Amino acid sequence: MGRKRLVMVGNGMAGVRTLEELLKLAPDEYGITVFGAEPHPNYNRILLSPVLAGEMSIQDIILNDHAWYAQHGITLHLGKKVERIDRLRRRVIADDGTGADYDRLLLATGSNPFMLPVPGNDLPGVISYRDIADTDAMIDAAQRYRHAVVIGGGLLGLEAANGLRLRGMDVTVVHLADWLLERQLDETAGRMLQRSLEERGLKFLLGKQTEMLIAGASGRVAAVRLKDGLELPAELVVMAVGIRPNTALAEAAGIHCQRGIVVNDTMQTYDPKIYAVGECVAHRGIAYGLVAPLFEQGKVAANHLANFGIGRYTGSVTSTKLKVTGIDLFSAGDFFGGKDTEEITLNDAAGGVYKKLVIRDNRLVGGVLYGDTADGPWYFQLLRDSQDIHEIRDHLLFGQSHVGDVGHQGHSKAAAMADSAEVCGCNGVSKGVIVKAIKEKGLFSLDDIKQHTKAASSCGSCAGLCEQILSATIGGAYTPAASNRKPVCGCTDHSHQEVRDAIRAQHLVSIDSVMRFLEWRTDDGCEKCRPALNYYLISTWPGEARDDPRSRLINERAHANIQKDGTYSVVPRMWGGLTSAAELRRIADVAEKYQVPTIKLTGGQRIDLLGIRKEDLIGVWQDLGMPSGHAYGKSIRTVKTCVGAEHCRFGTQLAMDMGVKLERMLFDMYSPHKVKLAVSGSPRNCAEAGIKDVGVIGVDSGYELYVGGNGGIKTEVAQFLVKVKSDEEVLEYAGAFLQLYREEGFYLERTCHWLERVGLEHAKNRVVEDEENRKALHARLLAELQDAPDPWAERVAGAERSEYEAIIV
Amino acid sequence: MGEWKSICMLEDIPRLGSRVVRSTGGDIAVFRTSANAVFALRDQCPHKGGPLSQGLVHGNQVTCPLHGWKLRLDSGEAVAPDEGCSRRYPVRVESGTVFLQL
Repeated sequence: MGRKRLVMVGNGMAGVRTLEELLKLAPDEYGITVFGAEPHPNYNRILLSPVLAGEMSIQDIILNDHAWYAQHGITLHLGKKVERIDRLRRRVIADDGTGADYDRLLLATGSNPFMLPVPGNDLPGVISYRDIADTDAMIDAAQRYRHAVVIGGGLLGLEAANGLRLRGMDVTVVHLADWLLERQLDETAGRMLQRSLEERGLKFLLGKQTEMLIAGASGRVAAVRLKDGLELPAELVVMAVGIRPNTALAEAAGIHCQRGIVVNDTMQTYDPKIYAVGECVAHRGIAYGLVAPLFEQGKVAANHLANFGIGRYTGSVTSTKLKVTGIDLFSAGDFFGGKDTEEITLNDAAGGVYKKLVIRDNRLVGGVLYGDTADGPWYFQLLRDSQDIHEIRDHLLFGQSHVGDVGHQGHSKAAAMADSAEVCGCNGVSKGVIVKAIKEKGLFSLDDIKQHTKAASSCGSCAGLCEQILSATIGGAYTPAASNRKPVCGCTDHSHQEVRDAIRAQHLVSIDSVMRFLEWRTDDGCEKCRPALNYYLISTWPGEARDDPRSRLINERAHANIQKDGTYSVVPRMWGGLTSAAELRRIADVAEKYQVPTIKLTGGQRIDLLGIRKEDLIGVWQDLGMPSGHAYGKSIRTVKTCVGAEHCRFGTQLAMDMGVKLERMLFDMYSPHKVKLAVSGSPRNCAEAGIKDVGVIGVDSGYELYVGGNGGIKTEVAQFLVKVKSDEEVLEYAGAFLQLYREEGFYLERTCHWLERVGLEHAKNRVVEDEENRKALHARLLAELQDAPDPWAERVAGAERSEYEAIIV
Repeated sequence: MGEWKSICMLEDIPRLGSRVVRSTGGDIAVFRTSANAVFALRDQCPHKGGPLSQGLVHGNQVTCPLHGWKLRLDSGEAVAPDEGCSRRYPVRVESGTVFLQL
């Protein structure tokens, strides 16, 4: 005893998600009781349309089965409607007399479909489209009757109409506005949608108002009469003209309601013991009807119910997608625009593709896509991040560049892929497997997909495809978090930016103090946050924050690369890719002495010794007598060079010499992710500097510097930063650029991703235009790296010895 | 179960770290958590055999270094949605000495 009592009224998606979040945070805080008016446990309401269309069954869409409630000790009252809240005695009473006392009450009563106040709206055969019972009624009617009229051409109405048509009914949609989905689409897109639905056999009457519903001889509805006198036969009428927050219970209890149950940013109602989430709520005057905002609300409510008291809900931007198989439309934000906005449009009526992007002050504020929605999630991300798009404006409409994405046969449009097509080439996951998992396991986010299917969990190049599949499967319920607000991991709600800011502003110098200050939920974090925190600390307070080897993943802890069989690979440093006969001789001796099974040349002009046992590492390093090549770190890797003017008859600059100078300057430099450089002695660019984090190309009059290139997961061509004259300037500009990246980049963000986030112009401003800042950045880099130790030499001398020694029994 | 063997002192295992014990029956990973609890598992991830001893320890879990599976140190069970189990060995600490039952 002594546990507080939490009662929840309403057993839908928003409420149960709140409980799930609460149980994660404070599993033992409350004894929980749930009342649900429907006889079913929590199910995925947004998948009712596929059930109606015959693509899924009810069983498939159950999110929390009875066992889940039992497992968490939740008392579940199904089929019982709460009729009264006694706020004085803190007790709720259901229609069958069942009562429950509460210390905290959570209202999640959802919404009611709005029934047009026309004569006949209560006839048998007139239904709304809201829950499993409605869906069952429609499936049943489709078997027995022929004519259906759907009143309302919004999202739900169209999904209902499509489902009934697929079940063989003759369906007419009556809609008051002049085009379909007038709240989600502009007229052009609305007309295109209408045409393709007509091709599927649906009929539309637009700009029409319903006058009354007429009963037949049996008493069941038989016809719909419109204001203009037209009469349509209808043995089934589905009203889908909108929803109203269900506030009756709250209002009767005297809780302030206006359009919905009014809550503050902590989801608390005017009664401090009572919280509310979901469609029944009015937050800052807005009642949301899509799942994603409701989940955000649930998270905040759970945080406060768990007495953490730090979350705030500040409203949501939502996006829309119609869940009709084969119809591709997407809309988000302010897609009509106004006087102060500009539009970019593409209208290919014959090809069935329409795109409109609305821009205000160089920022995307809304958009409509029809026929090709592959870039919907990307646009939505830009919109939520309110990212400055003027640098990419000329190709914005053509979508995110997928050139060079590898691992999924060059596909960039998930809709065009067959179920058997491989989406994730790392883990062998097909589109069909992902769709099945989303539906059957109730997945709502990219992280869910990664966890359950492993797709996008290795190299991540298919993350965009997975997001497309997610939004095509569950529609607007999928909302990506704004990228600069994405939590670091499950241990916290704070983003990378917030963590970096706190470490600097609060002068935090240890992982413990960061976790305490930012109220981490776990005692020692996890494999995602600890390496990130460790990097942020040592890059923000060099010399002051101590590196924590226990917060480094194995490669950086062992200073070698772990391989699939648990052995390691060793890559000694060869400055600028240069070596000598003596080094080669020692490498050969080591390979023989330790019976190295594989010796390979790397892409970065080094020699890789593979298959070395961990306990041999120190001996190998000692015998090699060469410094660490850092081929295992989120750190400087290599500076690749061509032979340059030293030997090449076309060479204009001493590329090898420049490369060695750069590599010596950057030795032991840790960074958000790995860093690779190249120096070519002439514009022939034999060192492939165009796909490096920093590429230096010698020309007759000096050097050109390129930044943000990448040759890996996503081929990205480096962008021009500056042209300089001398070797010293190359060191200063390249060093300053990398230091800026080190100070601002998020952990595991390559230079190309960081530049995509902050813009090349930002880097130019700080490094090229601002001389003082450039010199300061360069000086900080040099200060941090002076006397950088060679980790291999330290370990040969005895450091961290137990890491490399097994205990023999 | 076999006999208890003294393997090392508690401080020979780093906090939030591990040591590998090489036995005739194969490698065993011995972990020490931040709360100084000690656990032992067969040094093989049920997924693809990755050496768990090389993983990162957090709470009562270790994350496999190869593909990021998480295993519970107290039971050897993989954390959902992954499924699998690594064998658990009894271990105890007495006056600073760690004993393992082989």
